[in-house]
Amino acid sequence: MLANSPFAGSSLAVLVLVGCALLSWPLGRWLRAAMDPQTASGPLARCDAWFRRLGGGATAGEHGWRRYCVQLLVFNVVMFTVGVLLLALQPGLPLNPDGKGALEWSLVFHTGASFTTNTNLQHYSGEVAMSHGSQLWALMWQQFVSAATGLAALTALARGLAGRPLGNFFVDVQRATFLVLLPLSLLVACLLVLGGMPMTLDGAVQATTLEGAVQTIARGPVAAFVAIKQLGTNGGGFFGPNSTHPFENPSFATNVVTTMALIVLPMACVWLFGRIVGNRRHAVVLFAAMSVLLLAKLGVAMACESAPTPAFAGLPVAGDVGNLEGKELRFGPGAAPLWAVLTTCTSNGSVNCMHDSLNPLTGLVPMVGMWLNETFGGVGVGMINLFVYLVLAVFVAGMMVGRTPEYLSRRVEVHEVKLAVLAMFAHALCILGGTALFAATSWGIGTPNDPGAHGFSEILYEFTSAAANNGSGFEGLGDNTVPWNVATGLVMLLARFVPIVLPLAIAGALAGKRTTAASAGTLAVDTPTFGVMVLATIVFLGALTFLPAAALGPIAEHLQTVR
Amino acid sequence: MAKPPTSLFAAALVRPALVQAVRKLDPRVLARNPVMFVTMLGAVVTTVAIPTAGEELGFVAQLAAWLWFTLLFANFAEAMAEGRGKAQADALRAARSDTMANRLIGQGRIEPVAASALRKGDTVVVAVGETIPADGDVVDGIASVDESAITGESAPVIRESGGDRCAVSGGTRVLSDRIVVRITVERGHGFLDRMIAMVEGARRQKTPNEVALTVLLAALTLIFLLVCVTLQPFGQWAGASFSTPVLVALLVCLIPTTIGALISAIGISGIDRLIQRNVLATSGRAVEAAGDVDVLMLDKTGTITLGNRMATAFLPAPGIAAERLADAAQLASLADETPEGRSIVVLAKQQFQLRGREVQAPHATFVPFTAQTRMSGVDLLGGASKRRIRKGAVEAVREFVAAQGGATDPAVLATAESVARGGGTALLVAEGSQVLGVVHLKDVVKGGIKQRFAQLRAVGIRTVMITGDNPLTAAAIAAEAGVDAFLAQATPETKLARIREEQAKGHLVAMTGDGTNDAPALAQADVGVAMNTGTQAAREAGNMVDLDSNPTKLLEIVEIGKQLIMTRGALTTFSLANDLAKYFAILPAMFAGIYATGPGPGPLAALDVMHLHSPHSAILAAVVFNALVILLLIPLALRGVAWRAAGAAAVLRRNLLVYGLGGVLAPFVGIKALDLLLVALHLV
Amino acid sequence: MNDLFASLRVCLATMLVCVVGYTAVVLGFAAVCAPDTASGSLLRAKDGTVVGSRLLAQAFTRPEYFWPRPSACDWNGAAAGGSNLSPCNPALAERAQQAIARFGASAANPLPADLATASGSGLDPHISAAAARFQVARVAAARNLPAAEVQAVVDRLAVAPGPFPTGERLVNVLELNLALERR
Repeated sequence: MLANSPFAGSSLAVLVLVGCALLSWPLGRWLRAAMDPQTASGPLARCDAWFRRLGGGATAGEHGWRRYCVQLLVFNVVMFTVGVLLLALQPGLPLNPDGKGALEWSLVFHTGASFTTNTNLQHYSGEVAMSHGSQLWALMWQQFVSAATGLAALTALARGLAGRPLGNFFVDVQRATFLVLLPLSLLVACLLVLGGMPMTLDGAVQATTLEGAVQTIARGPVAAFVAIKQLGTNGGGFFGPNSTHPFENPSFATNVVTTMALIVLPMACVWLFGRIVGNRRHAVVLFAAMSVLLLAKLGVAMACESAPTPAFAGLPVAGDVGNLEGKELRFGPGAAPLWAVLTTCTSNGSVNCMHDSLNPLTGLVPMVGMWLNETFGGVGVGMINLFVYLVLAVFVAGMMVGRTPEYLSRRVEVHEVKLAVLAMFAHALCILGGTALFAATSWGIGTPNDPGAHGFSEILYEFTSAAANNGSGFEGLGDNTVPWNVATGLVMLLARFVPIVLPLAIAGALAGKRTTAASAGTLAVDTPTFGVMVLATIVFLGALTFLPAAALGPIAEHLQTVR
Repeated sequence: MAKPPTSLFAAALVRPALVQAVRKLDPRVLARNPVMFVTMLGAVVTTVAIPTAGEELGFVAQLAAWLWFTLLFANFAEAMAEGRGKAQADALRAARSDTMANRLIGQGRIEPVAASALRKGDTVVVAVGETIPADGDVVDGIASVDESAITGESAPVIRESGGDRCAVSGGTRVLSDRIVVRITVERGHGFLDRMIAMVEGARRQKTPNEVALTVLLAALTLIFLLVCVTLQPFGQWAGASFSTPVLVALLVCLIPTTIGALISAIGISGIDRLIQRNVLATSGRAVEAAGDVDVLMLDKTGTITLGNRMATAFLPAPGIAAERLADAAQLASLADETPEGRSIVVLAKQQFQLRGREVQAPHATFVPFTAQTRMSGVDLLGGASKRRIRKGAVEAVREFVAAQGGATDPAVLATAESVARGGGTALLVAEGSQVLGVVHLKDVVKGGIKQRFAQLRAVGIRTVMITGDNPLTAAAIAAEAGVDAFLAQATPETKLARIREEQAKGHLVAMTGDGTNDAPALAQADVGVAMNTGTQAAREAGNMVDLDSNPTKLLEIVEIGKQLIMTRGALTTFSLANDLAKYFAILPAMFAGIYATGPGPGPLAALDVMHLHSPHSAILAAVVFNALVILLLIPLALRGVAWRAAGAAAVLRRNLLVYGLGGVLAPFVGIKALDLLLVALHLV
Repeated sequence: MNDLFASLRVCLATMLVCVVGYTAVVLGFAAVCAPDTASGSLLRAKDGTVVGSRLLAQAFTRPEYFWPRPSACDWNGAAAGGSNLSPCNPALAERAQQAIARFGASAANPLPADLATASGSGLDPHISAAAARFQVARVAAARNLPAAEVQAVVDRLAVAPGPFPTGERLVNVLELNLALERR
């Protein structure tokens, strides 16, 4: 944010967004080919054969939504259990050069839930609490397979909407891991190594500073970890302060690479969806609607963050460079709001500046991103979240054109509406209910490190982040307590699997319906008008649900500063 | 319909509706509508809290009053919609008043019984001036019947045994002659009974779309409940406490009361609009299905063309005098009371001064037209000679001639084909084994029908013309009328097959029909409209009955179905869009004191973009607006939103603009105006 | 039960490939292509002792050194972090007051904002060229050097962070101080 140069700031955003949008198209093609191969021969078919051999008997056959969900849930239970065991046994496991000790039980539960659910909310500081072994075996591994779970679920959803069986989860999850995430991670990790990021299994090194003091420098296999952290919309940092840390984001160049890695797969997921359901123009409309939302948030964030730090009002501090509290200089101007918007549009949650120290209205933008949680969204799950809004938008818009609503030629009726609104309600309940509970009780009172409205924002942000499976935080919150660990752990689990299972159930129901023929009288989902309808639905439902909370948090704090 | 009230707000409708509005406050009734049920709970809580709320007494009392008004307005809307139906039902019931019937008990003997004692299968005799006791089919005789009790149409209709005009309804009156009727329904299940039940809404079940919308509204209510309940702890964090009436006011303003209040009225009035057009639907579901229809199967005759094809020329076969052809054609048509038949008689008279002759049994045996033989004619026994004259479809007459050992001159066939190619119908006339020539019948396409079909095409509805004509004739008329497709030489079987074929391609099909052999197709179609003049079988197979027996009505039925669903969507959008302004009225009022550093208002007072007078006036204005908007939208709910023939995209754009954007803006204006009014009246 | 076994098998397979295989490949790539930065971009004195990492800020308090931005974690390389304070928090104003006093800023000569704010990591190795300029006089006086000479070192080391020429240039504090030491 150095030098208040709107040109430099917006050029970075244009570079990253246009670059990613262009990259996402061929990546979407690859996603389709890898996740939903249509050929019975060739290298992809051979890969599939290996996957079926690796997974054993359960990989045979294509299933409906019930069996697919069971497979997904069983796998995730195993993933959670293995992760928790590895974390709990940390002191005894290898790759622990700095001799990290045992973790408290509620933190183990919270971290297990957090990485299983692709949230990566961290109530610990990586370089302080975790051994290299834990970071790699438990956390990095979960970063791969949890993202793969999301990708598998989206593929299944799209198949259902195309009227096909949902597929086989064990095959899908391997396709996602081995054919999509692994090669991309290798590429990004190598780029990051070239960008100067540490990649070593050695422990911390002691430095004697120029002034003769001792500085302990924690290191580790950062590049490999960060690649999948960004690509899989995981966001859990190797170090406590995440991608603000110079080892986790050494330069302008690595910042560009990691910012792009953050958004490119969620963008490609839109194309994957469009390709499988067989309506690419629909995907274009959705992509455009998401982009509009993204740009709107970006504009607000950039404008608000170019205002100087409010606390310095009246002090002799230069005010021409915007708010620099919690920001690094090397990423250049505009990098922080861009990342803050992208990381909360998607469910990534990594940060390259401290969100807690964003100007109040800028801080509202990440919250909005997570409340809506579908502007590209998490790998796979972002599109699934959007699908819930689509069902509702289609329902209302369908009525407005005078027909029984239908989506992709299948009727949206009471069963589908019921499941969709249940998912919406669960999201609101997790955020508002959790915040209310902690704002009113000793579990939450006293944990924020700021008074008044900002303290409320910290609590609100934490539940928002957990419910959106995001993982970023207003990190001033003293959240490594048993109530916080348990409550947000439960919220993350609920907010992960309810919004996967319910949409898959909808897709399963739709898949079994008779298709209706399209005509001039049917609601076309591939027109700009429909894009506007989707946007209006998202923005309105979001605003109506969260406006009071926003008013009492960031908006109140902002208005306090302008008086 | 018997004297339906025409004005939307006739005093005769409003007064009972006001009474009903109060009666419907019964919690058991309200429980069916989650939105209004929550509103009622809010009203009760606020009323109870009047003395203890800790707010200004007059303010809370006014809040409570307006919450009750919100409920009453909702009930009033429903009562208004039902009231129109009730008035119609009463008129119908008058026609059902018990009559006596003359039951036939074998060997022509008659016993008088009460109409209520009649069972299915009984036969009764109905003479001039008597009321037909129950629904049935005419098995003997012909009569003109006054059906105005059901149709509101005063011109009598002909009912006769056999054919497709044999069905009579209980409650109608015989004006001439005497008929024998076989009762086809049990008491209480008659047409009139169904009608009464239907218009009264007694057996009204929520339609699938209505249920889905109710679920959506219930879920939104739940979400807003969550928003309001969590607001108290949120406020506590900031050191504020909100009184229960204020939270209730916010809740009621947020939950979709507008659509919640009107959803029932919209559904009832949709059916009601059909009844006003003399169409009776067997269920609300059928009305909704009509909105989804995208293929209309229309009978050519009566719908696309004026019922009467006119004979325009006699085209004799080589070697046959035109006059002979005209004579034979006229003879064959004498007993043919169809407009076509009559037009042949008239044409023969005009061109060759041939007069219609009285030809009577036993000298002549008339062979009536049937769908199977597709020809009619007469057998004359003049002494020893026997003249067998036939006129009919080309194929049918050819076969007839061939069966007599004759052959058809290719020149005649060529003539027939050129007639057909021109959109006309060629009737072949034959006597014995000799083909005499062709009668050129011409269809007259109804004025304006082409534009109508173009409109339908714009809204994505295809029209399929069904005709018994040969493909050539059909193609020519189809082109002239502008239909999208046609089914030529249709038989009941091909009709049914065509419907199934369209449905397999994902289309929803509507059709009209009257004959018994239409029954399977009517049942198969997604919307089957039976003509009231049709047979009992047809009337039972369809899911709608058109009392006017006007096949063109199908177009209006589709419009009403679309309009019904559209009204729901538009008001849902409007209702939700309204919430934004209500937030901007109530939230600043609630939050004004929060984080205040001095005696003045706190920072969040800046959200008061409407600059309302005081927190109390702001909250009250929002609640009053919320209640009044229901009242203001009742006419829209009853009449339905404006329907235009345009594609889905254009309709969506328009409705989003009017009800979405309009719904966002209107309450800002309304609440500000009400705030000024409340202050002017010293109510706050 | 079948699903459970499949889950275990897939877990094992993904662990072997994505943890063991993937990490090994990236480690190998790093060892070959960027051994220096891969182990932490460490800077060593002539005797080989590590004096710090080029990427991490360290504490400088003596007047002859350029001072980095404030650090909420006290430049702790093993437990990094930002202040996580609201930008409206009065504590930030207090800290800024201290910085203003320490750097000797005034209304006529306001403190560059990066010197009043803590970075997200607490380890931001850079200061803006303006912030360096702000300290040139003090450093030059403490080192008995002409200010222009110190400024010349600053200018030599100042680089724009990205490809945009309009952006303000940055100076790596540790490298700047090392350069002054090695003169």
